[in-house]
Amino acid sequence: MSEKVLMKGNEAFGEAAIRGGARFYFGYPITPQNEVPEFMSRELNKRGGQFVQAESELAAVNMAYGAAAAGGRVFISTSSPGFALMQEGMSFMASAEIPVVAMNVSRGGPGVGGIQPGQADYFQATRGGGNGDYHIPVFAPSTLQEAVDMIYEAFEIADKYRNPVLILADGMMGQMMEPVVLPEQKEQLQSEDIASRKPWALTGWGGKEKRSTVVSLHMKPDVLEECVEKLFVKYRAAEKELVRYETHDLEGAQVVFVAFGTMARIVSEAMEMLGEQGIKAGMIRPQSLWPYPYCAFDEIDTATTKVVISTELSMGQMLQDVNIGVCGRWPTDLIYRTGGIVPTSLEIVERTKKILEGLKK
Amino acid sequence: MPHITDKRIIAVVGHYGSGKTEFSVSLAFQLAAAGEKNIAVVDLDIANPYFRSRERKEELAAVGVEVSGSAYDCEITAELPALASWIRKPLENPDMRAIVDVGGDNSGAKILNQFKKYFLKDEHELICVINRSRPETSTVDGALYHINAIENETGLKITALVSNTHFLMETTAEDVYSGWKFCTEVAKAKNIPVLAACCMEREVPALEEIRRQENEKFVIMPIGLHMRQSWLDRKL
Repeated sequence: MSEKVLMKGNEAFGEAAIRGGARFYFGYPITPQNEVPEFMSRELNKRGGQFVQAESELAAVNMAYGAAAAGGRVFISTSSPGFALMQEGMSFMASAEIPVVAMNVSRGGPGVGGIQPGQADYFQATRGGGNGDYHIPVFAPSTLQEAVDMIYEAFEIADKYRNPVLILADGMMGQMMEPVVLPEQKEQLQSEDIASRKPWALTGWGGKEKRSTVVSLHMKPDVLEECVEKLFVKYRAAEKELVRYETHDLEGAQVVFVAFGTMARIVSEAMEMLGEQGIKAGMIRPQSLWPYPYCAFDEIDTATTKVVISTELSMGQMLQDVNIGVCGRWPTDLIYRTGGIVPTSLEIVERTKKILEGLKK
Repeated sequence: MPHITDKRIIAVVGHYGSGKTEFSVSLAFQLAAAGEKNIAVVDLDIANPYFRSRERKEELAAVGVEVSGSAYDCEITAELPALASWIRKPLENPDMRAIVDVGGDNSGAKILNQFKKYFLKDEHELICVINRSRPETSTVDGALYHINAIENETGLKITALVSNTHFLMETTAEDVYSGWKFCTEVAKAKNIPVLAACCMEREVPALEEIRRQENEKFVIMPIGLHMRQSWLDRKL
């Protein structure tokens, strides 16, 4: 039975993970996602799982690595500087083909930065924050309902690809309230069923002919190359299967915004305001940031579009992907705020008008 | 404006996310609009990093409402437990009306302990906001658990409830009405009144109609979405 409730983002993320079958959560408090570990500490043990507060994010991600290598369904969450600390674990898990769902409720950076919302972890998320040749599928929700649905599905994607999956939300989404319809509770995978469902997991030798091992160390270069190539067979498949995006009002649009997460909602209001002033605007809203929906740019109305604007809470990190998608077909530009400042819709309208005026010159 | 209470100090507690801040800020705007002078909002929420009543300081100042809270005001966004000394002014000045917006849950209400002396002279209302659409206060037992936890933490008795059941823009007048009925059950268990059923302005006519049909006599308090940017309610 599905039920509608009013939840704070961080609570909804935790609830979605539990309903998605997560049995293990390891974390360390950091604003603006503190309600996730708080919620998990209260709820997970009651519902057949285990919560552990780690001594640091580095410890948390390695606890996740261990529990997931043993076949457990694991959820971890943190915010920007905390996710920076977790990058070693993300690279190791990708290398060792260990499925985990991670969430970054991002805030302003660089460094310790601030606690207000940010999207400046885009490179960290999409370009590989850790060492080596690997990718992490990244999904970016714009509403709490979308976040709940993405987290719920992320566990299946992580298991299918045997790779960590990242949900990238910003602090605004963690702190805001919104009605959500919660999905049904998935059955938790019990310890005795892990060996048959996840034959690669470390469940003990148990008299098997060949024991399972989980490694990310390969001292022979040719073996390492072979392992990396094997990962990239998965990534090529993911690039086809995991591209997610929405387009809004592209037909006849003079301006096309590209925005994800919280920014997409502000842009949506700005589009309406621009329309009232006779400027038709459309939007591409990437829901997957890796793989990036480059194909969405082929839907832009060639006859009417004058400019494609990346709209972000960072200094143009996504603009690189926008430029790849645009491929020289239209001029591109950037509207940003950073440091934790969220622009108003009016601010986006004014900056867009300036960009359009500049094009006329 | 609807009559809520004549008490000089109105402190607002409740489960986090129940709508304490929207209620407090709306009440301040409405009292000011009704011509009342010397109103102050005291923001005691030192737990929440976002959506704090002091963020509306300018708008409230424009209608003559003083706002005090963190010693750092809005200049820094950290959730530092640093209260300004001048927040005691509206609590001590008998000519002022103080609306005290307290942090969520018993942990957020703990801060009231150091202000206990202002809650001894029966010149206050300690209001608990109840929102049934929040999962933890969706049952009478769940709501009572939170009320009792706040009372135990502060050593203060909650004197009244305010019903604030909603699903933001998806709320119907029926949701508000059934939320109010739920709230009366909770209030009955505590032997305290329900002062009002809060709703958005647009739901008022339908709610008045239900009130008439059901022959009920509750106070309807329209509250605004002062803390929430309009784009947060965009459907994508």
